Amino acid sequence: MSRELLLCPPDHYGIEYEINPWMSRARGAEAALAQKQWRDLHATLSKLHCKIDLITPQPKLPDMVFTANAGLTVGKKFIPSNFRHKERAGEAPHFARWMQENGYDVSWLPDDLYFEGEGDALFRGDTLFCGYKFRSDIQSHRAVADMLGCLVISVELVDPRFYHLDTCFCPLPDGAAVWFPAGFDEYGQRAIREHVPDLVDVVPEEAVHFCCNAVVLGRDIVLPEGAPTLVATLRERGYSCYELPMTEFIKAGGACKCLTMFMPQREKC
Amino acid sequence: MFSETIELRGHIIDSLILPKVLDQILTHSANFKIGEIKIGKKRADQSFARIEVSAETHEALDKLVLRLRQHGAEVVERADAQLAKAPADGVFPRDFYVTTNQQTFVRFDGKEIEVRPAMMDSAIAVDRKKSSARAVKFFDVKKDDQIIVGHQGIRVVPVQRSTSHTDLFQFINTTVDADEPKSAVIRELARELQRARKSKGKIAIVGGPAIVRTGAGEHLVRLIESGYVNRLFAGNAFAVYDVERALFGTSLGVNPDLAFTRGGHENHLRAINMIRESGGIASAVDKKILTSGLMHACVIHKVDIVLTGSIRDEGPIPGVTTDVVEAQKIMRAKLADVTHVLLLGTIQHSLAVATMLAPTVKTVCVDIDPSAVERAVEHQPLQSIGLVTDVEPFLRELADCIAAPEPVASDRKK
Repeated sequence: MSRELLLCPPDHYGIEYEINPWMSRARGAEAALAQKQWRDLHATLSKLHCKIDLITPQPKLPDMVFTANAGLTVGKKFIPSNFRHKERAGEAPHFARWMQENGYDVSWLPDDLYFEGEGDALFRGDTLFCGYKFRSDIQSHRAVADMLGCLVISVELVDPRFYHLDTCFCPLPDGAAVWFPAGFDEYGQRAIREHVPDLVDVVPEEAVHFCCNAVVLGRDIVLPEGAPTLVATLRERGYSCYELPMTEFIKAGGACKCLTMFMPQREKC
Repeated sequence: MFSETIELRGHIIDSLILPKVLDQILTHSANFKIGEIKIGKKRADQSFARIEVSAETHEALDKLVLRLRQHGAEVVERADAQLAKAPADGVFPRDFYVTTNQQTFVRFDGKEIEVRPAMMDSAIAVDRKKSSARAVKFFDVKKDDQIIVGHQGIRVVPVQRSTSHTDLFQFINTTVDADEPKSAVIRELARELQRARKSKGKIAIVGGPAIVRTGAGEHLVRLIESGYVNRLFAGNAFAVYDVERALFGTSLGVNPDLAFTRGGHENHLRAINMIRESGGIASAVDKKILTSGLMHACVIHKVDIVLTGSIRDEGPIPGVTTDVVEAQKIMRAKLADVTHVLLLGTIQHSLAVATMLAPTVKTVCVDIDPSAVERAVEHQPLQSIGLVTDVEPFLRELADCIAAPEPVASDRKK
């Protein structure tokens, strides 16, 4: 089945502020290399028969390239993000307008609830797993559950390096999930274990290469380089893995999944 | 204890948010009480819990609630108490809130303030400028004072049962009837009074004339001499009977040492006359007119004597407060720092004092009338012991226990 994805070319991408532990303006991203890494991702996803839409990048919004944080799409419903940091808040109207122009029904959350879209909200089957604390508020999860009418499992993120759910948790189509357990508090770990009996643990040295930040397209998985153990495990489970260099985006705390938003992530709840 | 009510909504069971919040409350040395819980029936149904969280200090509670908010807890905004002006001096607004003797908090201007002092059967006056609230009696209220009306914004915290099981009052917490043994309770009580004296507690005796008439005065004198009485609350008759006994050997004409002999009733009036002539009890002691008895012991050992009058009083002797409103004020002031009260053989004074006590004051009531005992201790749940018995054997045994030296470990070995 062909998936439709939203990407944003990295024309204005760069480390212009610091809002997570990965970002350092002193250690900026190399523009040409970033362009190449993004083009490779685009090419790989195209090759895997994805329909790719592009949103026009906007100046002074360098993180717009991370479209996963635009919002959450279920069917034709789009819930735009309410970004926690003012540096990213300017992205929201651009994404909302684009989605509206492309036929999506845009449903805003109340202004006072922080929610960072697919970055913190991932379906495994018809259960929506949502991360909270660093970026999204747990209160937004309840509002999303009301809007979508689905079961939402809220899990607390505890490692600031893994500040979005999609940096430490990645559901697989066979019902399993890849995860970095130390990214969650004890209750979050227990909740995930109760709802996902089949879990593939990622070791810390591979987690820091953002290997959980993978785009899963059926049996094909596009993920950053640097996780040979995970790749071997996934291959044993019958998945094809496409490992891409993502160094320039990891400098901003993002990789393959952060650069991609599913339209929709799920057809219905 | 300070408390806030929080609410949790959402998939709080599947996400383990409810157990997480409850665990966090306990690990931060706070407590919770689940007021309401609704669990979703279908998979996508959300659940709801309303939880009262309480902590020792305001700061600890604020800090904890801030932490719980991160996990989705919403603080239920409690409404402020409603205020109305007193329409005239000595008159409360019609719907005034009537206090209990329990610790009470009122919320106004968004803050929760403890009512001080806590006082039964009063209204609550609020001073918004000073952020203070106090219990007031009719005679205290002035026109236009801000008085709390209705029940909104009021929180009452009853005295909690001790979990240590070592507190005599909470352990016994009952009335020992006339046909039940009392020695063990009296021995424990003696130890409690010894602990109280050691820890600078204040012990008050509320005594009726029966103490003197039964010949128990000498036992009470032993307690006074040993430093176990800080305040004495009684009526005119108690003092007069004691003085009569000291001066003439009788109490209302009866000599307790000579069971079948009766003296003249006039001794009673002559005793009153002598105290009036002396200018009061303390003067009579100074002038060596009064050289024995309870009143003498109180003066010598600097026990505060609070004497209040009643309709049937003869005299009264100087020092008896006959204005009842004034007497109430004096009694409240003298009871403010009292930690232990012994109500002995007087229903009238026992009930008056009992309604003025803070709920934490440990109270013992001894009376031959079971209903008097029940009524006197009903305001002190978890902090009272009642003994249905004559005061004389009670005081004798208590004085003997206190006077007897505590056995030491080395003695026991022998």
